[in-house]
Amino acid sequence: MDAMPKWAEVILIPLISLILAFFLSGLVILAIGENPIRALQIMISGALGSTYGWGYTLYYATNFIFTGLAVAVAFQARLFNIGGEGQAALGGLGVALICLYIPFPHWTMALPAAILGAAIFGAFWAMIPGYLQARLGVHVVITTIMFNFIGASILNYLLVDILRPPTSMNPATARFPDATNLPSLHDVLSVVGIPFSRAAPANISFFIAILACIVIWVLIWHTRLGYQIRAFGQSESAAKYAGISPEKIIMVTMLISGGLAGMMAINNVMGEAERLVQNAVEGAGFIGIAVALMGRSHPIGVFLAAILFGFLYQGGAELSLETSIPSDLIVVIQALVILFTGALDDMVRAPLKSMFLMFRKPEATPKAPKPAE
Amino acid sequence: MSLMKKMLGAAATLALSTGAMLAEPAIIFDLGGKFDKSFNEAAFGGATRWAEETGNTFREIELQSEAQREQALRRFAEGGSNPIVMTGFAFADALTEVADDYPDTSFVLIDMVVDKPNVRSVVFNEHEGSYLVGMMAAKASESGTVGFIGGMDIPLIRKFACGYVQGVKAANPDAKVIQNMTGTTPAAWNDPVKGSELTKAQISQGADVVYAAAGGTGVGVLQTAADENILSIGVDSNQNHLHPGKVLTSMVKRVDNAVYAAFTEGPGLEKGFQVMGLNNDGVGYAVDDNNATLVTADMTAAVEEAKAKIVSGEITVHDYMSDNSCPVN
Repeated sequence: MDAMPKWAEVILIPLISLILAFFLSGLVILAIGENPIRALQIMISGALGSTYGWGYTLYYATNFIFTGLAVAVAFQARLFNIGGEGQAALGGLGVALICLYIPFPHWTMALPAAILGAAIFGAFWAMIPGYLQARLGVHVVITTIMFNFIGASILNYLLVDILRPPTSMNPATARFPDATNLPSLHDVLSVVGIPFSRAAPANISFFIAILACIVIWVLIWHTRLGYQIRAFGQSESAAKYAGISPEKIIMVTMLISGGLAGMMAINNVMGEAERLVQNAVEGAGFIGIAVALMGRSHPIGVFLAAILFGFLYQGGAELSLETSIPSDLIVVIQALVILFTGALDDMVRAPLKSMFLMFRKPEATPKAPKPAE
Repeated sequence: MSLMKKMLGAAATLALSTGAMLAEPAIIFDLGGKFDKSFNEAAFGGATRWAEETGNTFREIELQSEAQREQALRRFAEGGSNPIVMTGFAFADALTEVADDYPDTSFVLIDMVVDKPNVRSVVFNEHEGSYLVGMMAAKASESGTVGFIGGMDIPLIRKFACGYVQGVKAANPDAKVIQNMTGTTPAAWNDPVKGSELTKAQISQGADVVYAAAGGTGVGVLQTAADENILSIGVDSNQNHLHPGKVLTSMVKRVDNAVYAAFTEGPGLEKGFQVMGLNNDGVGYAVDDNNATLVTADMTAAVEEAKAKIVSGEITVHDYMSDNSCPVN
């Protein structure tokens, strides 16, 4: 038995980290002469106080769920896929090609095709680094981040020279046909009688993201493949001894991971912009790393962390709309949250652990702490 | 009675103060950020100049995500801001969606055209200004090789490059132009180190005048050019002062004037299509104390003559955007 009960591990540590991050952010806001309480109020009411705010929060969260899951799945096999940015960009290309060149009669047909296109393009972009890792031992951290730049260059070339409508100055594709436009949360929820803001960009992709969380949970913890992935992640040599092929696991994991990152495109490209613009991913691939770290690489954790980052994004936008707090400071707040929940995890964990040891019942013998992962 | 009066008075004051607040103009900066030493900063400069001269205030926001374009537009419009200025072509799509919903709000879009009754579209003839500095570059060059360093490889920057090359060739048909773009991600707008490397590479190929149309990256270009003792050309804002005596000139694009004019004219500003070119000093080349010694009389004469001919229509500078190609390179 560990020193800490599970609830402390999954709820208490992130919560304390979060409070510390917000406290420090408050000090920074105070230092530039603004009121931190009011800032927090604006963030909360702006992001969660109306269906309009929720619409934006969930829109961002949907992006982060996909990229967070992508990093989380790879991390189960101890692969550090930091190429979510490029994989999501390529996923956008897949969505754009499908929406632009296949005349769909209705979005219900366009959506599955777009999901497939996004996943295939994203998976393809993770496949090459995966292959290099599996066969040649080239580390995925190096190759995936390099592939982000290659992806950006390809997209730039295609958008500027090939896909851009000749009359437009903006390096972006033409607007997708109306039949491929996804219903927004307003449309979806009005069917069941729940009023929801019409202006917000959250769309049906949010439900696809929840579905993806469930599928990944089943895959990792309730299938043979998931077991193999986890076994490989815990110990490569033990997995090999058990007859698990490392090459196969690396390839399959990277494909799933890339596919998930690519699927983000149904939200931002198909659901929101309804066209492929340059720089459509906007760092969501990197936020995915923080989301996966904070969510302990578990789908439920990823989901909650994604909502938190969605809140930070939308709350931050409200902050810059309503106050004179510069947008750079909002990045500082986001960074503090990442720092505390991701990197400085042990700072909270160690004292909490000794506290639990202190209050432990005398008969339980303290055991050596689990080796750091 | 007196209480009633007081309350009415208070209500009136409140109404007045909200009224004053409602008339505030607003400006939305594109993703590059307000302090990019170039395009957005010029716009901010225009807004600040207006605020200082009139003592009024304006609302502003720096975007951080694509999804915020429409959000910011709607929020400012619903908050009563009028006029609302947007810097950058990327707003066109969002504005097309939003403009009809707020018929009483005036929108000003810089660098792109949106054809709506309540929108003023301001575009700049960057190719004309680049043509003039291209002529100056060719005349100042001793090696016969000049350089161009662009930011992100997008049509707008190719428009700069194309005008520049035409100007160089007009002054010296045998001149060689080396062209480089800094990158393909938005980071290319703010990468002075890469700008410096590209400048060194161009110098090693013989370039002795380098034109930087690259936002914050240009700071590195100008710095390296000064260090290596060659000439450089700044862009958007007047950057001559950055390295006095080393910056040949700057291709100024008066985004600040466009913003200032919009704010000054207020909600009732004239709508429609506005071209800022050489004829109305929307673009041009900068001469001040810092570069007066570099600009020879021969240069001035040639450039002024070309300018007059462009204004009169005798010389047509090809616009890359018109057919997505450049006749020379």
